[in-house]
Amino acid sequence: MSKTVEIRIKRQDSPNAPTYWTEFSVAYEEGMNVISLLQAIRRDPKDKSGKTVAPVTWESSCLEEVCGACTMVINGKVRQACTALVDQLEQPISLEPMSKFPVERDLRVNRQRIFDNLKKVNGWVEVDGYHDLGPGPRQDPADQTTTYKYSECMSCGCCMEVCPQFTLDNIFIGAAVLGQARLFNMHPTGKLQMPERLDKVTQDGGIQDCGLAQQCVKACPKHIPLVEAIGQLQRDITLSQVFGALKK
Amino acid sequence: MSEKRVLIVGGGLAGLAAAMRACELGLEVDIFSMVHVKRSHSVCAQGGINGAVNTKGEGDSPYIHFVDTIKGGDFLADQPPVLSMCEAAPAVINMMDRLGVTFNRTPEGLLDFRRFGGTLHHRTAFAGASTGQQLLYGLDEQVRRWEAQGKVRKFENWEFTRLILDKDGKACGIVAQDLTTMEFKSFPGFAVVLATGGPGLMFGKTTNSTINFGSATAAAYKQGVWYGNPEMVQIHPTGIPGSDKLRLISESARGEGGRVWVPRKAGDNRPWNQIPTEERYYFLEERYPLYGNLVPRDIASREISLICTKEGLGIGGRNAVYLDLTHRSEEYLLKKLGAILDIYEKFRGVDPKKVPMEIYPAYHYSMGGLYAGYEADGTGRLLKDSPLNQMTNIPGVYAVGEADHQYHGANRLGANSLMSCIFAGLVTGESVVALAKNSKTAEAPSSLLESECKLEEESYKKLLAQDGPENPFVIHKELGDAMSAFCLIERHNDELKQLQGMIDGFEIRLKKASSLDKSGSGNMSAVFLRQLDGMITMSKAVVDAALLRDECRGAHSKPAFDNPAPSKETPIEDPAWTAYYEKFLAQTQTWLKTTVAKYDPNQSHPVIEYKPVDTRHLSPEPRDYTGVGKKAWKKFMDKRQATETKA
Repeated sequence: MSKTVEIRIKRQDSPNAPTYWTEFSVAYEEGMNVISLLQAIRRDPKDKSGKTVAPVTWESSCLEEVCGACTMVINGKVRQACTALVDQLEQPISLEPMSKFPVERDLRVNRQRIFDNLKKVNGWVEVDGYHDLGPGPRQDPADQTTTYKYSECMSCGCCMEVCPQFTLDNIFIGAAVLGQARLFNMHPTGKLQMPERLDKVTQDGGIQDCGLAQQCVKACPKHIPLVEAIGQLQRDITLSQVFGALKK
Repeated sequence: MSEKRVLIVGGGLAGLAAAMRACELGLEVDIFSMVHVKRSHSVCAQGGINGAVNTKGEGDSPYIHFVDTIKGGDFLADQPPVLSMCEAAPAVINMMDRLGVTFNRTPEGLLDFRRFGGTLHHRTAFAGASTGQQLLYGLDEQVRRWEAQGKVRKFENWEFTRLILDKDGKACGIVAQDLTTMEFKSFPGFAVVLATGGPGLMFGKTTNSTINFGSATAAAYKQGVWYGNPEMVQIHPTGIPGSDKLRLISESARGEGGRVWVPRKAGDNRPWNQIPTEERYYFLEERYPLYGNLVPRDIASREISLICTKEGLGIGGRNAVYLDLTHRSEEYLLKKLGAILDIYEKFRGVDPKKVPMEIYPAYHYSMGGLYAGYEADGTGRLLKDSPLNQMTNIPGVYAVGEADHQYHGANRLGANSLMSCIFAGLVTGESVVALAKNSKTAEAPSSLLESECKLEEESYKKLLAQDGPENPFVIHKELGDAMSAFCLIERHNDELKQLQGMIDGFEIRLKKASSLDKSGSGNMSAVFLRQLDGMITMSKAVVDAALLRDECRGAHSKPAFDNPAPSKETPIEDPAWTAYYEKFLAQTQTWLKTTVAKYDPNQSHPVIEYKPVDTRHLSPEPRDYTGVGKKAWKKFMDKRQATETKA
């Protein structure tokens, strides 16, 4: 008998529908990842018993772990499905949608909250215009090494999925967004807007809601030093409060 | 004022650059994207972005960048937009730096530049091995800034399905579908910018993202937007074979000493480390002693492909060759190539510092695209603030980025795509502002908005009800396999004709396909029927145009019509070289023209026409990367000119 891969998928037909599990069995091929399993299922959408079912819905784009789209919970661990290689996974492979974001259908969730929160912390560099204003400020290559790391954040939400403080029904902005606030505070021009950004970071749902469980940094697929970012933001906030008080 | 809204479809580099420029100049923008814009395909670009900043003091200049780009594209690109792009490139890179892109730095704190293919200069700015991702994030952040000010509305997870044209044929809106609720909605706007990327998925497994259906392009094309140079698609030599897609290993792996080889004997199934050096065939080094593993992309792709398919020397008889870095120290590799080697290890589960990588050429990029026009000034550059720059043949409809046909001719140079996307995006932002100022903009009567929306709802209902025996994802796989087998690395007219028949067959089967899913929420399968229809439509344009173009130009390789250079010897006054040059001139006369594919609803294949290429700055000459022919070509042309003058 040819080798198969056994999969269990937690499904949901629409945003408010009940959840259920479907089991699938897919012919094994060398080098398979979770995405190729889902692709195989839709080419022959039958469950393990041979009953025809609707193909599974999931989100994906780059499949190179740089876009963040295909994030889901695989064998209990949140990660990108593209880098989840079948040969390295215990079977049956269980696939679930992320639990901290509302499910739209099957494995696809709505992560709009992350992007809204990036808006809340002024996640950008305030420039004067897009016309030719010559070269940007010079930067130490060592600083670039630090900022590049933060800038790899693909807003996948892994850090929020594992965070005990981040829940479906609260408004905590989450580690990734704090990491981005830190990134813009480090930029020579972005630094100029640091007071405003720090103010935003401390509003409702802000940095004070972090419980320092430090799960975020372990879950980050890009190994972004999120705990360090949060610590530095807290120091900056304290400093600005002290200086703010002195000024008064 | 709703009639002053710009509708931008696509949120990659081109769409976001257009959006932020249009906002800066006072317009309001709606952006539509199938994914959150931060997840657009631009993130996949690794190498860098070209601009002749000349940080290394090599005498580089925008004009040399222009010459390299035109030559790299085998003279098929219109020259005014390319000249303007190359001249603006340093300022664009500076702007991206100011926006906070984490470019690598020199010890002095300046932007660092690396070498890339098709040039002799350090001209490529880079941010680690994920330059596209970093640039996209820079633009995404700026657009978010405008969004926070209420100038931008984003419709993410929406798919564009239709242009709305007023009674004069001008753009006045679009119809789009929410991919969660599946509802359709009409959006009014005086200009529509299609920044929807390439149509790569028609080739099946490629380096492209899973969203690169080209379905927006297909929808616009079916409504009358022309498609330029469909046959011009690029194959990257070093893709990583995968079961779901083909990932890329950057050219820099070979730049840092990577060697390409296969077992010398067919059927040699020993593990790589049991094959002694003398039984390894370093075929690029043996066949191209001068350039070795760093021959241009088209040559490397062809050689790797043919050694597997025609000579049967692929590893284990498969379509794969070794890209070997194991002779380099681990420390050196980590320092120079850490990021890309990490990708390989993550996806293949093998450490390329210890075991050679297995690679194979992969479909990568479309030089062709929706026909984007321009207006030139008296100096042969883009006329600033002309509403016609990047506008297609339909008034008010713009094409930009990989979705347009400009800038790269018959072959794109590495790291030029990021520049063309951002540059043309900024230009498009200016064009739509000019359009809003200079002309009476189109108005969208609400009855028209409603009826067009209804049309799309009806056709989706039909798709949803489709219940035949065929599975659309299976048809897509077969389409991709067929396109990759017969229309990619080498093209032969008999095979292309056979492929035309196969595509007609896929089209018939699509009508008998099932939507697989009757659900009204997040239905990927019913939507896929429409996306596949788009891929089939566009594949016809690609194949028909490839069949007609009887020559080799850039990425389009048709061996039966090749005009190879006679030898590597110095060619002055050699009759073989004279004959080669004469044939080159004849071929230029016949084929140096832009293919324009037009959709005809009354027939199953496109109408193919041709337009002259604007070569006002640089006259075509044989592409010669060896340097041996330079003097001889000049002598040949001088002599020819003298004869003509006498006559």
